[in-house]
Amino acid sequence: MKAIAAHRHHRFAPVVLLALALLVTGVLYAAFSPSSAQAAAAPSEDDLTAGSNLFRANCSTCHGVDAAGRDGIAPSLIGVGAAAVDFQVSTGRMPMMANGAQAPSKVPIFTDEQIRQMAAWVASLGAGPSVPSDEAVDPALGDAANGMELFRTNCAMCHGSVGQGGALSQGKYAPNLSESAPRTIYEAMVTGPQSMPVFNDATITPEEKRDIIAYLDAQQQGSPGGLTLGSLGPVAEGLWAWVIGIGLLIGAAVWIGAKSS
Amino acid sequence: MSDESTEVGLPVDRNRLPERFENPGLPEHHARLTDTDPAAEKRAARIITGLFGLSALGTIGALVAYFAVPPGETVASIRLSTLLIGLGLAVAFGAAGIAAIHWSKALMNDHEKVEYRHPQASDRATREEAVAMLKEGAEDTNLSRRGALKGAMISALALAPLGFAVPLIGSVGGDWNVSKFRHTMWKQGLRLTHDPSGEPIKASDVTVGSAVHVIPDGLSEVEDVLEEKAKAVVLLIRMDPRDLKEADDRKDWSYQGIVAYSKICTHVGCPVALYEQQTHHLLCPCHQSTFDIADGAKVVFGPADRPLPQLPITVDDEGYLVAQSDFHEPIGPSFWERLK
Amino acid sequence: MSTSTPAASAAAATADYLDQRTGIATAIKGFARKIFPDHWSFLLGEIALFSFIILLATGTFLALFFVPSMDEVTYTGPLAAMDGVQMSRAFASTLDLSFEVTGGLLMRQIHHWAALVFMAAIVTHMMRVFFTGAFRKPREINWLVGFTLMVLGLAAGFSGYSLPDDVLSGNGLRITEGITKGVPIIGTYMSYFLFGGEFPGTHIIPRLFTVHILLVPGLILALIGLHLFLVVLHKHTQFPGGGRTEKNVVGYPIFPVYMAKQAGFFLIVFGVLALMGATMTINPVWNYGPYDPSPVSAGAQPDWYMLFLEGALRLTPGFFEVVIAGFTIPLNVIIPAMIVPVALLGPLALYPFIEAWATGDKREHHLADRPRNAPVRTALGVSMLTGFTVLILAGSNDLIATHFHMSINAITWTFRILVFVLPVVTFWATKRICLGLQRKDRELVLHGHETGQIVRFEDGEYIEVHRPLDEQERWIRVQHDPRRPLPLLPAEDARGVRRPGYRSDALRAKVSRFFYADRVEPVTPAELAAAQAHGAHDQLTAGEHDETPAIGSSSPASVHQG
Repeated sequence: MKAIAAHRHHRFAPVVLLALALLVTGVLYAAFSPSSAQAAAAPSEDDLTAGSNLFRANCSTCHGVDAAGRDGIAPSLIGVGAAAVDFQVSTGRMPMMANGAQAPSKVPIFTDEQIRQMAAWVASLGAGPSVPSDEAVDPALGDAANGMELFRTNCAMCHGSVGQGGALSQGKYAPNLSESAPRTIYEAMVTGPQSMPVFNDATITPEEKRDIIAYLDAQQQGSPGGLTLGSLGPVAEGLWAWVIGIGLLIGAAVWIGAKSS
Repeated sequence: MSDESTEVGLPVDRNRLPERFENPGLPEHHARLTDTDPAAEKRAARIITGLFGLSALGTIGALVAYFAVPPGETVASIRLSTLLIGLGLAVAFGAAGIAAIHWSKALMNDHEKVEYRHPQASDRATREEAVAMLKEGAEDTNLSRRGALKGAMISALALAPLGFAVPLIGSVGGDWNVSKFRHTMWKQGLRLTHDPSGEPIKASDVTVGSAVHVIPDGLSEVEDVLEEKAKAVVLLIRMDPRDLKEADDRKDWSYQGIVAYSKICTHVGCPVALYEQQTHHLLCPCHQSTFDIADGAKVVFGPADRPLPQLPITVDDEGYLVAQSDFHEPIGPSFWERLK
Repeated sequence: MSTSTPAASAAAATADYLDQRTGIATAIKGFARKIFPDHWSFLLGEIALFSFIILLATGTFLALFFVPSMDEVTYTGPLAAMDGVQMSRAFASTLDLSFEVTGGLLMRQIHHWAALVFMAAIVTHMMRVFFTGAFRKPREINWLVGFTLMVLGLAAGFSGYSLPDDVLSGNGLRITEGITKGVPIIGTYMSYFLFGGEFPGTHIIPRLFTVHILLVPGLILALIGLHLFLVVLHKHTQFPGGGRTEKNVVGYPIFPVYMAKQAGFFLIVFGVLALMGATMTINPVWNYGPYDPSPVSAGAQPDWYMLFLEGALRLTPGFFEVVIAGFTIPLNVIIPAMIVPVALLGPLALYPFIEAWATGDKREHHLADRPRNAPVRTALGVSMLTGFTVLILAGSNDLIATHFHMSINAITWTFRILVFVLPVVTFWATKRICLGLQRKDRELVLHGHETGQIVRFEDGEYIEVHRPLDEQERWIRVQHDPRRPLPLLPAEDARGVRRPGYRSDALRAKVSRFFYADRVEPVTPAELAAAQAHGAHDQLTAGEHDETPAIGSSSPASVHQG
């Protein structure tokens, strides 16, 4: 640190700073730039070829070389649309690493570019929902109150009242949504991945979907009452009443009952 | 204790040993540090004073928070207000409590005292006196030979509460028309609409794999909205018609793979709504009854016994989904006269 | 002490004024220096009492702002996710008192945490009374009073939980309605009785409000009064120790020591609950939304004290539902919701009478049992707690499934088996542990503490030096009466005439054997003398009657373990 401090007044310092600033901006842009910007752009021939190759190498073992699926192993992907591919691959659910009750989300193994190419190729096989635009999933444009009413009717029975997740039968589960990106939430609704039903634009309109995203986004502010305790409901509250409440109070009782030394 | 004392009471002659050990009496009193060390006593007094002071500061903190930090309009500001007032209270009460207990433990006289118990039962003389008094009183009533009077009194007193109980019970149950359990507002031609918007549903808009939460058209106009909604909610599901197993008498209750089932569980009435589109299973989040929607909503797991009632549906001229009739059986949990 | 400060003379004048009108000096004479024994476990009931006082205080605050009405209103307020939503006035006023009344949310959270802690404290207090045998004569009636208080606590909790009229508690009410309807013959009428018509109607919230703030707390207050009156009348039990007998009570006087401790503990309970209310969200009804019969959210459960019923409902398979002569009897609901609670709580309420009958013990007991000295009672208590715990876990099976990545179906099946097996296993294990601890006590009394010092004798023999117990230590381990099974007189008298009452005697002897056939008796002075005479490493087991019925039976006791 001392060395840096000593060179603060060097005449190249502004240049270095400027370069650093540019680098940081670039990295930040790369990290935060809307990766779905490509949704609007039509895929090039190169993209389709690259997507097809990626698919053959990574997905065709289960879904078949023509993506028509294999009975009892994997479903057909013809007509699932780019949104389904983007959802499954960008959350790391696909490729599946092991057979289980359901595919868990993992760290994705493909880059955004590769996902876009595969999605473009799958979308070219048959019409299906496309990846939504940034505007379509911007929580700031949604109405959280309407979103709450829709979430309660359509989503809360599986995902819990604030999207904390919940159990389904035979080891399946509705995942926690607190870490899910708005785009992912949108894609899940239109494609109905795994156990989840499909909520097409007639059932829940695109604006309503954005309202739901706004409601979930509002949960990031936490609870007005303090720690949320995972928003797990009365069972968790009971556990804390025993552990913290009765725990502290019995501790106090032991102290009161003990003889002073 | 020394070895010597353990030998006390154990004379060599075993035959003269007592049957049981003797109670050794109260243990010796051990002086506390505050009893023996004046510095420790002073320190304890200082700590207690400090704790009471801290408690007062907590109260002041809670009051300051009350006036200076209003709950405001945002989640964060409500949380802050709650937190600060609460922490003030916790310090105010907690510190005072700790001070009081420390005081009682460190400074108050800690010599244990003995109080004697007496048997709960009264002594014989008191009991006899009590019995005599009761007898005397019973005789004073001059009732023993008047059976009719006794009977009349008992009947009158037994009947009297009815004048209170009958109006009470009679009124609390509303109109007592329990046959309302049997019917819902579904009827022939009534459109299925989205919950909660009330928009009608076109059959062509329901894609395979969808689950749509449905209320009857015009629900918001009826008088008892919640009562009717509590009976009429339906889950609409579309699956590949090839997956659908239908009983012969229900072949025409679905429409191109679209089926509608009551959302009210046949176990104890929770809304069953967790539809797993791959297995076509519908799970109740309350008690995990699982129904197979592809197979007449038959129970495949859990505490429910009966399938969910099916709402027969079709489409009207404009292609909107409508009910063919009401449910053919009472919806929801079982009750005694359900099949009558 | 002729000097008197103004304060002292004012106090004297007040006391004189009061005494001339009420004779209060008599009461002070009787109470001020009354003795209470000191032990941490004697303070568990106080946690419940103090939580209740805090419930009354915070509840009064809430009642000033809460509107128990099911009229529909449109909400406007600071919470964006609720703005413009239709809801009942009850729900809207809950949001208002949470978000717009300064300190309101804090009071609501303290109130709810206090309710959970209240029930938890009642349960731990009952456990203490049960495991130390403090329910024995003369306290059986007070046990029943306490039991009734627990049931009233359940009623208070349930009625309060439902008041905000949110989706979570509304589904709880719907389940209540479903269970009520399941009652044979009168079920549907009972449902109308509760709801004033069809579910949900507009009556249930105001009705529950009256139950919650008037009926139940009134009864609880009255019974707490009776409970404490009986405690004072009986004087508190005490743990055994030197100088403590069945005929005395050793401890500290109410004034000042106990008063300071009680006041201090009350403040600490309030402090802890305030801390919880300040920092931890409880029952966030704004997440659940106003009641609507259509939605339900994952994790739909009641507060913890009702979870055992929820678990029983989840475990009972559906095929129990039967139809007899066209009438439906939903045993899949009746068993878990009505029979299970009676089967679990009934024996608990009657336990003091069952044990008294089985032991034929008619003496008063004021010395608490050490739990190990009543192995079968302790084992029964643990077994019952195990049953409750399995049901509570079964009521949380969906959370177990998501948190431990298991199948909810597998968990349900596991609990269906465990609810029968585990109580038996814990009964057996607890009884063994108690007997083992008693044996350990015997060994300590006979041979003293191990010191770790090894001594070698001239002839080459090694022994470990044991330090004998002092008489206080020893007394705790030998003070209890040995309990033995009741003897059974023969069925026929000397002349071969069948004795009346033999059958009930035989049953009683059987139950008594179940309680006391396996036992370890306390060391007698003679045994200790023998042990000391034989040297430190002498094995002496004459006092043990384990597995060998001492009196009146020829079958091994383990047969009766069941």
